[in-house]
Amino acid sequence: MIEKYDPVNDEMFSILDNDGNVVNSQEMPELSDDHLLKAYKLMLFSRVADEMAVLYQRQGRMFTYPLNKGQEAIAAATGLSMRDDDWLVPAFRELGCYIAKGVTMSELYMYFMGYENGSLFKNAKNILPISVPIASQLLHATGIGYTLKLKKDDKVVVTFVGDGGTSEGDFHEALNFASVWKVPVVFIVQNNQYAISVPFKTQSASKSIAIKSVAYGIKGIQVDGNDYFAMKKVVEEAIDYSRSGNGPILIEAVTYRQGAHTTSDDPTKYRTKDEEDVWSCKDPLKRMKNYLITKGLWNDEEEEKIHKQFMKEIDSEFIKAENIKSYPAEDAFDYLYAEMPADLEEQKRYHLNFLKWKESRGVK
Amino acid sequence: MKVLNILQSVTEALDVMLEKDQNVIVYGEDVGVEGGVFRATEGLQKKFGVERVFDSPLAESAIVGTAVGMAVSGLRPVVEMQFSGFAYPAFNQIISHASRMRNRSRGRFETPMVIRMPYGGGINALEHHSESMEATWAHIPGLKVVIPSTPYDTKGLLISAIESNDTVIFMEPKRIYRAIKQEVKEGYYTIPIGKAKVVTPGKDVTIIAYGAMIREVQKAMVLLAKDGINAELIDLRTIYPLDKETIVNSIKKTGRVVFVSEGPTSFGVGAEIMAVANEEAFLHLEAPPKRVSGYDIIVPLPKGEHHYMQSPEKIYYEVKKTVEY
Repeated sequence: MIEKYDPVNDEMFSILDNDGNVVNSQEMPELSDDHLLKAYKLMLFSRVADEMAVLYQRQGRMFTYPLNKGQEAIAAATGLSMRDDDWLVPAFRELGCYIAKGVTMSELYMYFMGYENGSLFKNAKNILPISVPIASQLLHATGIGYTLKLKKDDKVVVTFVGDGGTSEGDFHEALNFASVWKVPVVFIVQNNQYAISVPFKTQSASKSIAIKSVAYGIKGIQVDGNDYFAMKKVVEEAIDYSRSGNGPILIEAVTYRQGAHTTSDDPTKYRTKDEEDVWSCKDPLKRMKNYLITKGLWNDEEEEKIHKQFMKEIDSEFIKAENIKSYPAEDAFDYLYAEMPADLEEQKRYHLNFLKWKESRGVK
Repeated sequence: MKVLNILQSVTEALDVMLEKDQNVIVYGEDVGVEGGVFRATEGLQKKFGVERVFDSPLAESAIVGTAVGMAVSGLRPVVEMQFSGFAYPAFNQIISHASRMRNRSRGRFETPMVIRMPYGGGINALEHHSESMEATWAHIPGLKVVIPSTPYDTKGLLISAIESNDTVIFMEPKRIYRAIKQEVKEGYYTIPIGKAKVVTPGKDVTIIAYGAMIREVQKAMVLLAKDGINAELIDLRTIYPLDKETIVNSIKKTGRVVFVSEGPTSFGVGAEIMAVANEEAFLHLEAPPKRVSGYDIIVPLPKGEHHYMQSPEKIYYEVKKTVEY
């Protein structure tokens, strides 16, 4: 299928239409009912967690948070296609993927509350922390791919970047090195149409992002990122392809960031209501839900029940994070070097003494 | 024992570590087939194969960025920035990732890697080939910065750098790559990172230098000795972490300190040494601490470079003024 959708032909691969009907049945992946429900619930969970994050942030209980709303299908399909021990090198808008890997909401909320320990990911294997600089993480994925190839390890690396990130030099360097080295890396670009306020047409004059793969001598495909089935089919095939020693692959997942870039951003300044309405018809949850209802696997009562259950679960995860004891001073010093240099040891001692002195004066 | 120059010591250290640890790999632009533009990696690809010693495409950010990925997944990459002046495209990967990965992941991941870069002037080179920007690297929390000045130290320090679980910026004084030969121990040995060396003990003044400047100071010391000035020479060997103990003990003994380096003066390594002298040995000082280092200018092209470089005469001139203060 990756062969069939050559990016040069400017076709986007999709399976579901906007109403949730299968319109490309020969490409429909075979998925069990259990899987379908698991995938939909993961998407719903991501959406609820996202909506609640915005509320918490508005209540002043959390700092800046980057929203996933509208992009849930990409993360869910990817997370549910990866092996537990495959490497995930994220950007910062792949909530469903973190969850599928075993990251907890309380960890993620901690991170966005400003606790470093939110990057500990205690139960998740082989996942790098969130990377804030744009596109630089793609090179780490390529490097990990080199290790896997050198050690004849059959794991795969999956890495993410946004459409804005494709303008960065590191995007090109990562694809170039990965293709020359023929390493097992699946590059997924979440083309959500905007890099904060800059639309894709101002970002790149390229017809698509997928077509850039041609120049690197690798396979690429453009896929409807709001279509869980199309995403699942493509990511699964891409992971198999890379795991079999064929080298890297570039996936452009076309989607729309329905929310703001982060809670500090106001999208009404740079996009129209009409545009938002067009994309809301393509909402990934709505399409999958319609499909499930038609299939008799889902209904509104069930949705309401699960929605409430998720809200409760997420709130208790948030409160867990909120009740973390204060940030210990040691934490700021202890992780910089394998063995702490004497000078830093001295600075830490000084800081602890200063805190004691402050406390002795009754100042908190 | 073998008699080696600094370049050959680099090769030896890489050879020893490639042999000792299967996870060590060496790459960068030109380092494979050609053995590097200075030949520091010559013969290594033949001996260890193209998977462990290889030419990469030309992109410094990618060379360092992929090394970060390799390091977090279990390898110990040693990468070459052909000249230190070409390392700047990799600055983001160094400051945003290599130096932070352990901290960001709370110790889950570390980046045991070495970024080798020939530095310094005095070789009649093109623009961007002569800078000494060690202060820039030393200012970044999470990095170690090492600069050897002799063949023996080069080998022992580079082996320590490869074994370090932190990212080490290893700056090689290219001006003296082939100028100094010395007996060097065969096989494996280490010199600890973070320890300065008292090269010549003395009582009248402490001179602190490193890298290619050690030789210039030694020439100046011949002139100073003729005037009866007995200087103590300290080779820092590591810029960060700085060996404050050795520095402070020496200043307390001599009461005078002159710092010599090739880098621009303002906000440089010398400023740090002066601060240490003032904070920790103020009452022992009998003269103001003095910096002999570059003007805050772009290193001129070869015909004008002598205006920038530190010479034995200038070092002699400043040390004498400090002693006679």
